[in-house]
Amino acid sequence: MTLRIFVPGDSGALAVGADEVAAAIAAEAGKQGLAVTLVRNGSRGLYWLEPLVEVETPAGRIAFGPVTPDEVQELVAGLASAPADPSPPGEGPPRSGGGGVGASPEEPHPSQSFARIPSPLEGRDRAAAPFTSHPLYLGPTEDISFLKRQTRFTFARCGVIDPLSLEDYRAAGGLKGLQAALALTPETIVDQVTQAGLRGRGGAGFPTGIKWKTVLAAEGPRKFVVTNADEGDSGTFADRMLMEGDPFVLIEGMIIAGLAVGASHGYIYSRSEYPHANRVMEKALAIAESAGLLGMDILASGRTFTIELRIGAGAYVCGEETALLESIEGKRGQVRAKPPLPAIKGLFGAPTVINNLLTLASVPFILAEGAAAYAAVGFGRSRGTMAVQLAGNIRHGGLFETGFGVSLGELVEDIGGGTATGRPVKAVQVGGPLGAYFPPSLFDTPFDYEAFAARDGLIGHGGIVVFDDTVEMAQQARFAMEFCAIESCGKCTPCRIGSTRGVEVVDRIIAGHDVEADAALLADLCDTMKFGSLCALGGFTPYPVMSALTHFPQDFGIVPPNGRMEAAE
Amino acid sequence: MSQSRHAKDPLAVTPKELSGAQLDELLTIIAGFEGVEGAALPILHAIQSAFGYVPQAAVPILADKLNRSRAEIHGVVTFYHDFRSQPAGQHVVKLCRAEACQSMGGNHVAEVVEAGLGIGMGETTADGRVTLEPVYCLGLCAVAPAAMVDGRVIGRLDEAKAGALIAEVAP
Ligand SMILES: Cc1cc2nc3c(=O)[nH]c(=O)nc-3n(C[C@H](O)[C@H](O)[C@H](O)COP(=O)(O)O)c2cc1C
Ligand code: SF4
Ligand code: FES
Repeated sequence: MTLRIFVPGDSGALAVGADEVAAAIAAEAGKQGLAVTLVRNGSRGLYWLEPLVEVETPAGRIAFGPVTPDEVQELVAGLASAPADPSPPGEGPPRSGGGGVGASPEEPHPSQSFARIPSPLEGRDRAAAPFTSHPLYLGPTEDISFLKRQTRFTFARCGVIDPLSLEDYRAAGGLKGLQAALALTPETIVDQVTQAGLRGRGGAGFPTGIKWKTVLAAEGPRKFVVTNADEGDSGTFADRMLMEGDPFVLIEGMIIAGLAVGASHGYIYSRSEYPHANRVMEKALAIAESAGLLGMDILASGRTFTIELRIGAGAYVCGEETALLESIEGKRGQVRAKPPLPAIKGLFGAPTVINNLLTLASVPFILAEGAAAYAAVGFGRSRGTMAVQLAGNIRHGGLFETGFGVSLGELVEDIGGGTATGRPVKAVQVGGPLGAYFPPSLFDTPFDYEAFAARDGLIGHGGIVVFDDTVEMAQQARFAMEFCAIESCGKCTPCRIGSTRGVEVVDRIIAGHDVEADAALLADLCDTMKFGSLCALGGFTPYPVMSALTHFPQDFGIVPPNGRMEAAE
Repeated sequence: MSQSRHAKDPLAVTPKELSGAQLDELLTIIAGFEGVEGAALPILHAIQSAFGYVPQAAVPILADKLNRSRAEIHGVVTFYHDFRSQPAGQHVVKLCRAEACQSMGGNHVAEVVEAGLGIGMGETTADGRVTLEPVYCLGLCAVAPAAMVDGRVIGRLDEAKAGALIAEVAP
């Protein structure tokens, strides 16, 4: 019998040694005469447990992690004996929190301190039982509470299937949405997306159905669908995970978008910082083409859709939709003034749907399961699920897909387990480099577009970056200005010049001269940037800066300035 | 457009910068994108991957082939952080300097790497062995601080791992 073993090929897992672990498993299996099929799946998104190795058993998949190459020999030995060994559970006590000792002697294994992993396999199939004594044993993957607590619509297959197996994809429910869409009129597809209440996941939360409707109604000899996969925000990695873990869901979503608006060609604009994701995506596109999923006759329906992958060149501002279009056109990534909207006059002057990758990847679920199933989850006007990304100084960093409305504190403290360093949380930045820093006193804020805006923040692309009490907030404010200066497209003065002046003002505050006056100047400068900038790069840089100043005035050596920043336009 | 015309052009190729064979290679790369709409970025990526940088000589040729002005193409090349005007070192070390990595001691790791290599961000060691570049997020924010060395990703950097990284690229 050949044992299927899953070792993620996700770059987050690769960064902590997944390739070495996969190689060690292959070598060790050979040595021990164990027939093994290695599947390089995506990541489940439990990054503190990566490399997370899963073994398929009749009772489901069993997880071990984080695995190091040193520990592979013992792991494989356990597996080699398991299928042949019908005896009841091994002598070792089932591993629960705080118990086991890792095989690497020099440092305590990170998982030792992990108290939240649910225990073991009571009542499970015996074939799995001999595994339970392994020190890295985590139990059935699906029972790990971080996963179990999620509602996975968009990421349902990520980390589960072989990302480049179209058969796996189909077997796990893939292409159902597209099959449904092929039988519908464009208007009906758009209606479904509208009724689902899907809002753009790229940051602004604009209703996707309305955007699509505009493109559908727009006249033009050709139209385009563009995926914004220029995930540049610090603290975000959901687009990358999906491209590496379930690329066909994006392809399916784009084809459906094409059917909905009458476009037959699409672009995926990804980033050069994601070479692994781009390689997987490129392969997935080739597979989809040769399987007739993309091309002149999609699934033998007579419909046409093709997709090209374009790679950016290290400019954050190219995530802004109009700058992105300029970039695909081969120009500098400068922001265009709106109107005209891209929906009317977008790529190469043609009506264009431009959506965030997660937005498009949410569409197959909506078409497959129905708008109501999607809209049933969520909070207020934010329907469906959000792929929350827990990052930075956090114990259980990873991807947590859940309905909108969960509180920030629950995400950070409960689900994320507080800081990785074990020190108190001082601030969390939500929504990338243009997002506000929230102190723990605002942890009751529900994860929802409007709720965050009401507290001078934004959820952006769903990234949460946690800082412990060693962070100096004046330095973070300085960095926000510096980042804006580095990444400004240069089109408008408040952003181009204001950010450089902003760095200087914060430097003077940090140096401690006439702090009150400079803080007032900084607030004034932020006001100018906020209301005078053409796009959100200059317009939202005031969020991190002013939130740092407002919530952590002591870090600037000042008392709080009166009044709060007004909500963004 | 013929090579000789470029050779006479003061803004174009100096024979030292590109050999005839290199010019041919450049033209072959560009020709490979015939019919691709908005091909400037893919072409520049291809040139950089073949030459290690974007030679100044490529600008007028590309402008001609894409029917755009030199100023425009020059603007494109200089706008994007990725495109280099000089060859990089044998190894390229990209260190993430963005917030999630900062929150896990990324700034300290950056100092360690800078000191270990004896260069600052954006510089190449005198022996041409290593180029150090800042990058703003590699999508490895849950295993921060992160780096990419010649395309290979490294997470959870600390002083020890930074030391190993330095030893690997600059032994
Ligand atoms: C500076 C800047 C960077 C942005 N970066 C991204 C990004 O990386 N990904 C993204 O989807 N949207 C990004 N956006 C938002 C896009 O402009 C746009 O709103 C979005 O792609 C629309 O898709 P959606 O409706 O699906 O959200 C950015 C905006 C600005 C101003
Ligand atoms: S705000 Fe900055 S990035 Fe946006 S258009 Fe103006 S200069 Fe460009
Ligand atoms: S912030 Fe460093 S990898 Fe994302």
